[in-house]
Amino acid sequence: MSLRPGLTLALFVAISLTLVTVVHQTTHPRIAEAERQAVMARLDQVLPSGYDNDPPGDAYSRPTPLDGASPLRVYPAYRDERYLGAAVEVETRRGYSGPIRLLVGIDAGGRVVAVRAVSHRETPGLGDAIETRRGDWIHGFAGRGIGDPPESGWRLTADGGEFDGITGATVTARAVVEAVHRVLLDFERHEEHPP
Amino acid sequence: MKSILRNGLWTNNAALVQLLGLCPLLAVTTTAVAGLGLGLATLLVITASSTAVSLIRHRVPRDVRLPVFILVIATFVTVTELLVAAWLHEIYLTLGLFLPLIVTNCAILARAETFASRQPVGPAALDGFATGAGFALVLAVLGAGRELVGRGTLLDGAEMLFGPAAAGWTVTLVDGDVFLLAVLPPGAFIGLALLLAAKNRLDSRD
Repeated sequence: MSLRPGLTLALFVAISLTLVTVVHQTTHPRIAEAERQAVMARLDQVLPSGYDNDPPGDAYSRPTPLDGASPLRVYPAYRDERYLGAAVEVETRRGYSGPIRLLVGIDAGGRVVAVRAVSHRETPGLGDAIETRRGDWIHGFAGRGIGDPPESGWRLTADGGEFDGITGATVTARAVVEAVHRVLLDFERHEEHPP
Repeated sequence: MKSILRNGLWTNNAALVQLLGLCPLLAVTTTAVAGLGLGLATLLVITASSTAVSLIRHRVPRDVRLPVFILVIATFVTVTELLVAAWLHEIYLTLGLFLPLIVTNCAILARAETFASRQPVGPAALDGFATGAGFALVLAVLGAGRELVGRGTLLDGAEMLFGPAAAGWTVTLVDGDVFLLAVLPPGAFIGLALLLAAKNRLDSRD
C-alpha cells in the first residue's frame, strides 16, 4: 500500500487552506467596510431629522430582546443636547433563511420614523420585498408605535393583526413585524431616561 | 475547438441536456439579474477549476482524484464568494445565499472528471468556459422569462450588477405582480420544462 494518495491529498488541502486564508485576510477589511457602509447609507433614512451629533460616534450596544440574536446597536440622535430619538440596529433569526438585520428609527415619543433592511438572505423575488428598492412594504411601519396598533395588532393580517403580509414570503414579513415590535417594547423600557 | 464551444453552449448544454446543477438553476432564477449574476459566478468558477484540474491531472493519483477535484472547486467558490462580498456588496446581499451553492453544482465536477482531467490546459479551459457560458445563458433566459411573466418587469435591479449607470435599464411592462406562480418554485420547473421543449423542437427540425 502506498502513502502517495494520502500525501497528495494532504498537500492539496494545505494549498487550498493557504489560498482561502490569504484571500480572506485581504478581503476582510473591505467586506467589513462594505457592511458598515450599508448601515451608514440607511442611517440617515431612519433617524429623526435635524440632529447635530454624530450618531455612529455615540453608538452603543445593549442586549437584544430577540432570541438567539446578536446584541442591539443603538445610534442616538441629539440636537443641542436634546434627545431626538435613536436608530436601533437589530438582528432577527426568525427569517426564512439566515439572519435579517434591520435598522429601526424611533423618535423620542416612541414612534417609528422608518424601518430599513440592512442585510438578509431571503429569497430573491419574494422575501427581498422588505428592501425599499423592491417594494413599499417596509414603509408601512412609519408613524406606528406601542399602542398604535394595540398589542394584539402587531401581527400580520393573516395572524389576526394589522400588518399586511408579503405574498410568498409570510415568514419574512412575520419576522420583521415581530422584530420591530420587540424593539419598540425594549425602547419604551430603556429610553424614558436616555443616557 | 468549435465543437467544444458548440458542445458546451448547445449540443451538450449542462442545464438543458445533461440536466446538471438544477438546484441553483431552479432556486435563483427569479429575476434576470439574479440569474445572470449566479451564471457569471458559475462561469468564473468552472473555467478556473477546469484549468486547475487539467494542470494537476498528472500529479493526482486516481484513488483521491475526486476529493482533490472537489477541494479545488470548493476553494474557487469560497474565493469567489469573498471577492463578490468585498467588491460587489449589493449583489452579494441578493446572491449571498446561493453563491456557496455553486459547490453543489455537479456540472462543474462532471466537467472536471470527464473532460479536464483527461485533456491539456487549453481545451480544458475552453470547455469549462463553454459549459459555464451555456449554463449562464440558461440561467439568464429562465430568469428573464420568470421575471417577465411573474412581475411584469425585465432587468430589475440591473444596477446591482452593472453599476449605477444601469439603473435605467429596467423595463416595466405591467405595474404590480402579474402571474406570481412564475416566480414561485413551481414556476421554475414549468419554465425549465418550456425551455427544454423549445430546445428539443429546434433540434428535431434539423
